[in-house]
Amino acid sequence: MAVAEPIIANDQDTGESELGRRLARTWCQPKGFWGWFSNTHHSDIGVRFMVTAFIFFLLGGVLAAMIRLQLIRPEHSLMGPDFYNQVFTMHGSTMIFLFAVPMLFQGFGVYVVPLMCGARNIAFPRLNAFSYYLYVGGALVLWGGLLTNMGPDVGWFAYVPLSGPAYSPGHRADIWSQMITFTEVSALGVAICLATTILRHRAPGMTLNRMPILLWEKLVISMAVIFAMPAVMIASGLLLLDRVVGTHFFNPAEGGDVLLYQHLFWFFGHPEVYIIFLPGAAIVSTLVECFSRRRILGYTPIVVSVVATGFIGFGVWVHHMFATGLPQLSESFFTAASLMIVIPTGVQFFCWVATILNGRLQLQLPMLWCFGFFFVFLIGGLSGVMLASVPVDLQVHDTYFVVAHFHYVLIGGALFPMFAGIYFWFPKITGRMANAKLGTWHFWLFFIGFNTTFFTLHFLGLRGMPRRVYTYSPDMHWQGLNVLASSGVIFMTAGLLVFLANVIRSLRVGEIAGNNPWRDAGLEWSMSSPPPPYNFLHIPTVSGRDPLWEDPPDQPVVVGLRDDIRETLVTHSLDADPQHKDEDPGPSIWPFLTALTVSAAFVGSIFTPWAVPIGAPLVIVTMIGWLWPRGQSPTPRPSGES
Amino acid sequence: MPLRFLVQAMPLDPGHHHVLHPAAPQAGHIEWLYWITFWILFAVFVLMIVAFAGAAAKSGVVADHPLPILEKDEEGDRRASWGVASAVGITVITLFVILVLSVVSGKRVEGLTSKNPVTIQITGHQWWWEITYPNSQADQTITTANEIHVPIDTPVVVLTNSTDVIHSFWAPSITGKRDLLPGYSSAFWFEIDKAGIYHGQCAEFCGLQHAHMGFSIVAEPIDEFQAWQQQQLKPASAPSNAEAVRGREVFLTHACLMCHTIRGTDAGSRFGPDLTHVASRNMIAAETLPNTAGSLAGWIVDPQRIKPGTEMSPNPLAPDDLQSLVIYLQSLQ
Repeated sequence: MAVAEPIIANDQDTGESELGRRLARTWCQPKGFWGWFSNTHHSDIGVRFMVTAFIFFLLGGVLAAMIRLQLIRPEHSLMGPDFYNQVFTMHGSTMIFLFAVPMLFQGFGVYVVPLMCGARNIAFPRLNAFSYYLYVGGALVLWGGLLTNMGPDVGWFAYVPLSGPAYSPGHRADIWSQMITFTEVSALGVAICLATTILRHRAPGMTLNRMPILLWEKLVISMAVIFAMPAVMIASGLLLLDRVVGTHFFNPAEGGDVLLYQHLFWFFGHPEVYIIFLPGAAIVSTLVECFSRRRILGYTPIVVSVVATGFIGFGVWVHHMFATGLPQLSESFFTAASLMIVIPTGVQFFCWVATILNGRLQLQLPMLWCFGFFFVFLIGGLSGVMLASVPVDLQVHDTYFVVAHFHYVLIGGALFPMFAGIYFWFPKITGRMANAKLGTWHFWLFFIGFNTTFFTLHFLGLRGMPRRVYTYSPDMHWQGLNVLASSGVIFMTAGLLVFLANVIRSLRVGEIAGNNPWRDAGLEWSMSSPPPPYNFLHIPTVSGRDPLWEDPPDQPVVVGLRDDIRETLVTHSLDADPQHKDEDPGPSIWPFLTALTVSAAFVGSIFTPWAVPIGAPLVIVTMIGWLWPRGQSPTPRPSGES
Repeated sequence: MPLRFLVQAMPLDPGHHHVLHPAAPQAGHIEWLYWITFWILFAVFVLMIVAFAGAAAKSGVVADHPLPILEKDEEGDRRASWGVASAVGITVITLFVILVLSVVSGKRVEGLTSKNPVTIQITGHQWWWEITYPNSQADQTITTANEIHVPIDTPVVVLTNSTDVIHSFWAPSITGKRDLLPGYSSAFWFEIDKAGIYHGQCAEFCGLQHAHMGFSIVAEPIDEFQAWQQQQLKPASAPSNAEAVRGREVFLTHACLMCHTIRGTDAGSRFGPDLTHVASRNMIAAETLPNTAGSLAGWIVDPQRIKPGTEMSPNPLAPDDLQSLVIYLQSLQ
């Protein structure tokens, strides 16, 4: 590790392009088949996360269409209960664990956070790559399960005792709980990488109170992940112990407790909602600022709201369990907490309105999707207020009303901002603009289809249709509304096809974007699109909250980082003063090999507990390879020389 | 408002199964709370949409090229900050009103005032409901399945239990749902003031036949209820003709007696529903089929076709055996 103090100087480098060539040589990632698996650069891993997650989004969407097809007729014989239960479980698990979190938290975060911080790479790049492969492992286990008739069929929260050994023989529930282990370890790894990057790799001058709101949200989410994921891993781990080695944690006949599982699961499950929603809100804050052409109004209240959401999100989990029959005092407490979390979200909404009002709104494509978010998420948030009330919740809990509510919240809070973000950062990632006309078609088709499907489901819930029923009796008169709901699928599918066509077309013939097509303020727009492997020719410094809008043209840059090894700058976590230099560990095949051995141990433990003692030494071997010292780094030259 | 119009324009469910068509005081309180919360939030929704649309209309421009950044407008920002602060204040007040309404309604829904309730025990099974009317004398205890008889204008205390997985007892026109948790006994109550048959269904996913786990609540005047009770307390009526006698023989010599009880005969297993008075019930197989000769026969021969995964196994009986069995079962009033 280097200790020399880097200095900050005005950029007087004359050999810019020569420096760029040297940096590109130093930071380039290996090519070829094995090179692909050795890549540890954040933008490559981030794009892989996003592309993989999007593929699973499409697969999860196919499952959703199958659900809607099954329900268009009473006593429909398209699917039997056995397959239908797998389909809705896979739909929920895929969308939550394989799409929403990996896409918005992991993929988008890994791609954009180092660029916004002004860093050359993410902290712990090998852990980051490992997290990606482990996520892919979990995804393959889940979908491999479905293809081998081992698809989980116990619902995406797999309540015990239904998922326990007595009522779910076979390996279906095991597949589910190991998929949880895979994806949660992956999310934890990325959370550590992102939190460290945000706290220790910010450009000099980017003090905490100048940090973009998006980085604040990523920091809060990383912390939420670090505190929430262990709860669900304990829940799924104890479930696996019950199933594989015959413990009785959740077996009431032997003194186990079925409610313990629900507490553990929802202690994770509710923060998870905010882990999914906050990245969406972060994208919206960024876009509202850019397309209102002014700095966001209420930076401090928004940041405080985000932090408050992160905290209060841990205090509301029992509202998923009102129907279990709790004492009224505790129900009232959790009603109050659930209502309280409306306040920080309201603050963000009011600040967005005020920013638009006092700005100069440019209703371009990404902003159109933000308006979709305002509309859809508002409905979901307001129906959530109704659900916080215990008596109302006891009526509509576990019905299609709740299904409608959480699709409004999750699709509104995550998917609409995601498409806004895709259209916004597409030029940065690919170097080409996405077609705005096709994007507008995509928006209206999807918006109409979404509301047709999910607004209708509220009425089905009020008319008494429980969720997760594979069919219903003609006497219930639910068919008309179900047909209406299913018809929305046509529009949503059409919208997504337009989107895919747009991506393929824009990748080939889209307009060349340039560095900063939207004239946004973030550091990620300061380099060419797509970014070079070293991200920044010089590590930038910033003197305000919106660097590209406010900083003078002669804003100093950091010099003194070597260009012949992968040197990075470590700064103070509060005021971002440069502290020391560190060396990026560079590409390595070992994270991939470690992910392979860990996956083998996880998958094996579904079938025999012996996989753990046999797998652990293999994992240790690959960990040794990962951590093997690379010999001494070349002696750092004194700072300021380059 | 279109929402209310839409909901009410739909035909009433024949089974009385609707959150917004209450047949009982508790569901009525909840409906009242639902609508008052709904209208408050609807007003919030309209205000927010107007705010967004107004802000967009005031500041909106169509431009292909990014516009320059606005200079800081201290005065405008101060006014907007006041706007944000007052909106937050109004939000807090609104939420507090909703909290008070919710807690007060919750107390009204949960509080039991009457001293003379009817007590029933409901036990969830995969995938049917065991209903007992417990009594300190064993021979005064009624056991039935899936069809709950209650007197009107009398509170009914429900003791819950489950023998396998979690189920949830829910009759939307009567009151909110309650989970039946294995290992936990809990109690809630309801009261119905309009005679009628109300439908209910399991609301917590409980496995393969979660969709076919219905029940009905027959609310009737107290004298009819007592007559029903007296009838249920009797052992099964003896077969009155040769066909029915043969049917009883079929029942007692085949797999039926492994799971079912018919009081007054040797069949005494509690694994499946008690069939002592099966013919008095309107539906069979947890509200899946009407209680007719045809559906009884179809159910007995191949229950797996009607409810795939059900615990009842197929019974390939000879046609005349089956006919006698159905005649016997239909005699069990």
